[in-house]
Amino acid sequence: MTVPRGEAFGFLGPNGAGKTTAVKLLLGLVEATSGEGWVLGRPIGDRTTRGRIGYLPELFRYQPWLSAREVLSLHCELAGLPRSSWKQEIQAALEVVDLAGRAGDRVGTFSKGMQQRLGLGVALLGKPELVFLDEPTSALDPVGRHDVRQIINALKERGTSVFLNSHLLTEVEMCCDRVAIVDHGRVVVSGTLDELLGGHAVRIRVSGLAPRQRASVSGFGELDDDGEWLTVRGLDPERVPELVAELVKLGGRVYQVEPRHQTLEDRFLQLLGEGSN
Amino acid sequence: MPPILVIARLTALETSRRKLLLALGVLTLVVIGVSAWGFSKLWDIQTNGGPAPPALVRTTASQLLILVAFMFEAILALSAAIVAAPSISTDLESGLALSMLARPIRRSDFLLGKWLGLAAMLVLYTAVSAWGELLAVEWATGFFPPHPILLVVFIATVGLVLLTLSLALSTRLSGITGAVIALGGYFMAWVGGIVGGIGSALHNDALATAGTISKLLLPTDGLWRGAVWTLEPEALLVTYRSAGPGAAAFPFAAANPPPAPFLAWSALWLLAMLGIALWSFRRREI
Repeated sequence: MTVPRGEAFGFLGPNGAGKTTAVKLLLGLVEATSGEGWVLGRPIGDRTTRGRIGYLPELFRYQPWLSAREVLSLHCELAGLPRSSWKQEIQAALEVVDLAGRAGDRVGTFSKGMQQRLGLGVALLGKPELVFLDEPTSALDPVGRHDVRQIINALKERGTSVFLNSHLLTEVEMCCDRVAIVDHGRVVVSGTLDELLGGHAVRIRVSGLAPRQRASVSGFGELDDDGEWLTVRGLDPERVPELVAELVKLGGRVYQVEPRHQTLEDRFLQLLGEGSN
Repeated sequence: MPPILVIARLTALETSRRKLLLALGVLTLVVIGVSAWGFSKLWDIQTNGGPAPPALVRTTASQLLILVAFMFEAILALSAAIVAAPSISTDLESGLALSMLARPIRRSDFLLGKWLGLAAMLVLYTAVSAWGELLAVEWATGFFPPHPILLVVFIATVGLVLLTLSLALSTRLSGITGAVIALGGYFMAWVGGIVGGIGSALHNDALATAGTISKLLLPTDGLWRGAVWTLEPEALLVTYRSAGPGAAAFPFAAANPPPAPFLAWSALWLLAMLGIALWSFRRREI
């Protein structure tokens, strides 16, 4: 599995698939029993590389006896950022996660969503080259989720790689360039969204054709025929009129033509269903 | 600032923000105030129809001071175990350590920083509370122990031993389990010291050896005996020495300071326990 630099990478899988463990392995928090990997060109577990990485854990918790500003200051210090940059870094992080108004309040008084926002701010300190976000919206409301998507897009724009663990497939679909689906600790499939979702598809409700005639249009793409609806996947949208004309030429009666976009959720369930079978 | 000092400062700040220092400070002031009043009442003792001679008051004060010192030592031991036992495990269970250990710091920085922060607070508290109590007793009775600095060193080292043991346990066990083990060990070592003393007095080698083994496994009681010795006036030391090894059976009396090999062993024990804690923490999954 390879995560290209400057892209948002969605890491998906059912509960217990090994997503969080994989992130901990990449951060050196868990020792690998076998295999090898590199992060930012260095072997996994390399301490100095961690200075170029931001991390929002799934189990996020910050010192409740410190203020938000103090937590960010602590992480600036642990990350080894020059002291002269702290003020600017902290202010920028507070503004990005919309906590500037609560900077002096103790973290113990924060809601779970606010603590997750703070965690996101912590992960963004020091303009990291790579950011691991493990379920970054699990405690956020719809506005917060929208904000996170904007943050991920802004990170991509400035060339930061984003490694996103999420159960929210629509979110991954909206933000990520590339995804990998894992199950039982193994990558089931990995690629760009287009590669995974197989491009465009069209559903046509057609009658008056024998099964052999219906199958004869397989040259247009991968066919799925339930007797009433004919679904053609991997079809260039420009060729839809041509396909309809061919069906009519064969004697078919076309009632409906619907463009169909396979969702990541469809593909996810399909792949995991295949795996379990 | 090096990461180890950042974590040490954070740990010290936590004890302060969680009002632990305030609670201990208030409790200590109450104890010092009440004990100063109690010690001043020693002058009311009557002997042969008249007031007790100053020498008797001071000797009595020295023995009462040993009891007060034991109370301080027990509070310190309890506090060290209760604070240190959950210090690593709770941070790991809650996830608080995750974001910190993902920074470019070593695990040893995290653990040693915790140890350093807690140890600094412990030594500071021991020094301030011990000197406060000693000055109060001197004001009330005129008695000032012969080795006040060594008293602080011995009692602080008892606290450090329990702190280090609890921290090592905290790398693998929950806070409650670690504290129970550390405090169980502390009280067993105390009883072990008495058993060893009885064995020496009765020339029973098995009991004497049990006492020695107990001191080696957990040197808290041996160090406590050192603290007792620092508080004994010279006149009583002479009496205890003439009583022979039987004096060692009494946990509030000490005829001699702990032998140098035992002190060396205690230092080695502390270092080894810290090493075990580091090894254990480095090898565990976060």
